[in-house]
Amino acid sequence: MIEITDLNKVYKAGTRALKNVNITIEDGEFVFIMGRSGSGKSTLMKLLLKETEPTSGRIIVNDMDLTRMPRRYVPKYRRRLGVVFQDFRLLKDKTVYENVAFAQRVIGVPIRTIRENVPEMLRLVGLSSKYKSYPNELSGGEQQRVAIARALVNSPEILLADEPTGNLDAHNSMEIMGLLEKINDRGTTVIVVTHSQEIVSQMGRRVITLDRGIVLDDSGEGGIYDEN
Amino acid sequence: MRISTFFYCLKEGIKNIGRNIWFSLASAAIISACIFLFCLFFALTANVQYMVRMAESTVGITVFFDEGISEAEILAIGDSIRERSEVKEARYISAEEAWENFQKEYFKGMEELAEGFADDNPLADSASYEIYLKSIDDQAGMVEWLDTIPEIRKINYSSDTASGLSNFNRMLGLLSAVIIIILLAVAAFLISNTIMTAAAFRRDENKIMRLIGATGFMIRAPFVVEGIVIGFVGAAIPLISVYFLYRSAVAYMMEKFGILSNLMEFIPIQEIFPEMVAVAMMLGVGIGFVGSFFTIRRHLKV
Ligand SMILES: Nc1ncnc2c1ncn2[C@@H]1O[C@H](COP(=O)(O)OP(=O)(O)O)[C@@H](O)[C@H]1O
Ligand SMILES: [Mg+2]
Repeated sequence: MIEITDLNKVYKAGTRALKNVNITIEDGEFVFIMGRSGSGKSTLMKLLLKETEPTSGRIIVNDMDLTRMPRRYVPKYRRRLGVVFQDFRLLKDKTVYENVAFAQRVIGVPIRTIRENVPEMLRLVGLSSKYKSYPNELSGGEQQRVAIARALVNSPEILLADEPTGNLDAHNSMEIMGLLEKINDRGTTVIVVTHSQEIVSQMGRRVITLDRGIVLDDSGEGGIYDEN
Repeated sequence: MRISTFFYCLKEGIKNIGRNIWFSLASAAIISACIFLFCLFFALTANVQYMVRMAESTVGITVFFDEGISEAEILAIGDSIRERSEVKEARYISAEEAWENFQKEYFKGMEELAEGFADDNPLADSASYEIYLKSIDDQAGMVEWLDTIPEIRKINYSSDTASGLSNFNRMLGLLSAVIIIILLAVAAFLISNTIMTAAAFRRDENKIMRLIGATGFMIRAPFVVEGIVIGFVGAAIPLISVYFLYRSAVAYMMEKFGILSNLMEFIPIQEIFPEMVAVAMMLGVGIGFVGSFFTIRRHLKV
């Protein structure tokens, strides 16, 4: 469970990116975060990843208080999350297989386990046949699927996706959404940041709408929000 | 640490070097130059020290006494000489012994010539002490002290050879220390730059690693490995070349100045090499480790 209480984030430059945000997300939920550019969506993601510190307020993730977490525990904490970004962030000099395996290698998983897990993940995202390809040989949708496989290979409890379809066309976007739903069905909590009203309405899930750092709406389908 | 983690860090470290080969080579070259100089100085000082030690065991101070002084008085002075802490050995040579030695040396094969002197010892007043010191460095002080003894007529010692060598060695050590420290500083600077460049190359990768939950150790270790490998290579190259260079240099000197070979004795390479390897590796690997460790700690936040 994620419990965000009275969360404020003021950047050094003076920007108030989040103002008194209160959000609760249950285990196994699928949640969209919507809002126009600059409304604080990525800031919220960064706070959940403990990439940045809140100015005030509390974030509790699965009974761990992020604001009180010692620095040395952060890597361990992050292994319980999976992250996906708009720009995929794959390693260009590594193959699909190596990109996914990388996530396990850097946390010291034994090679034998990696050899079992990576093909399984690639099967899940439907890229088994492309395991030898390099990122620049793949379409945007395929690259994002590799990124999702990488995010999932360490069996995270929560998947954070910051505009995962931002660089994709409608067809690829819906495929990625389908994949995220599939992952959610396996029990992983999924939090997706998106711009797209279309996606949100098609998916029919909980939508939290941010506007200039304030939670504008957390009721249903984000209907009141008109993109840009 | 898992064995696979170790190999991962090693592989990534070597990959860093490959991606950044010119910087890495420059760093390794400077370390090589530094350690080559170190090895050279090391071999030189070791050999000079060796010669000093040889000289110390053969060069001593000889003191002669005033005429008419009795043997008992001489022996009493000898006792006070022996009591000095810097004295390793003091040997009394009586007038008779001196004369016998002299005869043996100068009338070799013509002993009957010496008979002419019969019982009239021409070296009657030549009773002496041969003093050997523990260290040649104490010679000047010892001579000064001997000078204060009124019964001592004459002090023979060689002021240049041994103590000169010893002074030379000290100068050499100082000079080499200064040069090596300067070179080490340059090497540390270059390694630091190499590591910073490598870190810039891997910025994206490191960011991803952080988000995936890699520990600071996993993110930083490849860079430290890179530094250590550069240091290791930088030490190995000069060590190998010095090994062969030294052997052929000694062989050359022996052939060229063979006649003097009893004066010039060199330490065989096998005798000084282990120590040389140990110190050179410590220098190379140490500077590689320190240079990369502190750079990455300061510039790569995890
Ligand atoms: N590192 C930062 N330093 C200063 N201001 C920032 C930083 N990151 C974001 N901001 C500001 O905070 C606000 C929210 O940004 P962000 O969370 O990225 O919004 P979104 O992801 O919804 O587009 C914006 O005004 C942005 O300019
Ligand atoms: Mg954003």
